[in-house]
Amino acid sequence: MTPMLTPQEVEHIARLARLALTDEEKKRFRQQLSEILEYAARLQALDTGDILPTFSVLPSQNVLRADEIQRSLDTEDILRNAAKTEDHQFRVPPVLDVP
Amino acid sequence: MNDVRDLTNLTVTHALALLRSGELACTDLVCAFLERIERLEPQLHAFITLTPELALQQAAAADRQYIRARKDNEFAPPLLGIPLAVKDLLALAGVRCTCGSRILDNFVPPYSATAVQRLLDAGVVILGKTNTDEFAMGSSTENSAYGVTRNPWNPAHVPGGSSGGSAAAVAARMTPAALGTDTGGSVRQPASFCGVTGLKPTYGRVSRFGLVAYGSSLDTVGVFARTAEDVALLFSHMAGFDPRDATSVDLPLPLLRLDGDINLKGVRIGVPQEYFVKGIQPEVERVVKAAITHMEKLGAVVLPISLPHTEYALPVYYLIAPAEASANLARYDGIRFGPRVEAESVLDLFCETRGKLFGAEVKRRIMLGTYALSAGYYDAYYGQAQKVRTLIKRDFEKAFELVDVIAAPVAPSTAFKIGEHTDDPLAMYLEDVFTLPANLAGIPGLAFPVGFDHQGLPVGMQLMGAPFGEEMLLRLAHVYQQTTTWHVQAPTGIN
Repeated sequence: MTPMLTPQEVEHIARLARLALTDEEKKRFRQQLSEILEYAARLQALDTGDILPTFSVLPSQNVLRADEIQRSLDTEDILRNAAKTEDHQFRVPPVLDVP
Repeated sequence: MNDVRDLTNLTVTHALALLRSGELACTDLVCAFLERIERLEPQLHAFITLTPELALQQAAAADRQYIRARKDNEFAPPLLGIPLAVKDLLALAGVRCTCGSRILDNFVPPYSATAVQRLLDAGVVILGKTNTDEFAMGSSTENSAYGVTRNPWNPAHVPGGSSGGSAAAVAARMTPAALGTDTGGSVRQPASFCGVTGLKPTYGRVSRFGLVAYGSSLDTVGVFARTAEDVALLFSHMAGFDPRDATSVDLPLPLLRLDGDINLKGVRIGVPQEYFVKGIQPEVERVVKAAITHMEKLGAVVLPISLPHTEYALPVYYLIAPAEASANLARYDGIRFGPRVEAESVLDLFCETRGKLFGAEVKRRIMLGTYALSAGYYDAYYGQAQKVRTLIKRDFEKAFELVDVIAAPVAPSTAFKIGEHTDDPLAMYLEDVFTLPANLAGIPGLAFPVGFDHQGLPVGMQLMGAPFGEEMLLRLAHVYQQTTTWHVQAPTGIN
């Protein structure tokens, strides 16, 4: 049996996933994720020592194409979907601390 | 032919014949569907966005083109004037695409998905964008931020998911055909619950360009209609190589010719014992087995087979798909598209926007996937899941050395009640147990109605084929439908 996720682990995953969760959500996800992971633990019983993983069902290969100039999407069409823009750019809060 | 009920009951194939001969105007056909949508939408809620103005414009253009085609022998595109609904996970240029999520509430894609564009080029008329579980994460369409879709056979029941809006719309005759997507069963399971025919193609057969990514190694674009013949027709115009999708496969598409021959002589149908186990609704087992017997009477050879790793498909899928989703959904951060929740720092802006605007199931899967990929757990969860995926794929490869197709139920039960599983994610995941293996192996699957349970809810059968073997699945279903009438039954839960 897989031990229950700790509250600290839930906080850590939420932070990695860039999700602000309410206390209620943290509590619920801790319970539900623990149950799902316990169910998934049955995979560990299988011997896969000499088995290669299937990351894609297709034979993996590089896909190349000729480097030709093509029309790209219109800047205005792209910016129209953003919440905040300025001078043809996406506007965000300051990224660096300004002294 | 001017009775609205009759027009909305037309199959794609039949409507096309009438449009070409000039017996039917596309505008009349489209108006009939728009009227039926207007009447039934308050009961079913199959759509997120309707596009009646676009549809009427396209219909008028189609009528003009048919007149020119008949007068001057001009070329008419192969699907000219056929109405189509599109799952709101596929981009249609200039029309809002929400993916069932508040985080894309106002997103208007600047381009169309390749599958959608190919059908537009073939002449289809777009009726609207259909409801879906948020980012296709769900098996009931209850996870949509835009309300629940109801099953046309009984509005107290779910239509299945995640392409529940498309399946319900086709079943209710609100459209003759619709596009869906299938990452773990999201075309086949709703097709089964709503009593329509739905195809999940081979991975790589239909371009994923413009399909909003959920689990990129599993995602496919599929199609719903009321007959296998119609599904084959639409599929043949969606499929094929696309340089914009590096996983699209450059293989010629066989001409899908579904003729009148009802002989199944020599076709070897495998019946996997692992799909008829304890816990399956007895009526589902009985009805699916009767359909297999029917095919046997038409000449098919039925062989018992084993797919020994079937029971592991569920845990494998619910590690791989959330892992891929946690990476794919990282792009929704409030900067480039969708609404944002303002905050002092960029990091807080990301966290607040994602925390407030993603629904519970999406957050749950992002958390699960992030955990499965995180340092210290990668090998035990994600790595092991990808290895077991290899075992599942090998089961199918071995089976297809013995048989041409595999026949099984689509889901362990018929459509469950709205709200029945919403508090228990694991119970909801168990609904996908028979559809997940085909996605993990990348093989095609077809669902179609083969009977009803005692509540009058449709039971679906699933045929799975070898990679790129769609034609065989469609031919078997076509022969079945030529010799039975389950697929022409109309839903009883709407008025």
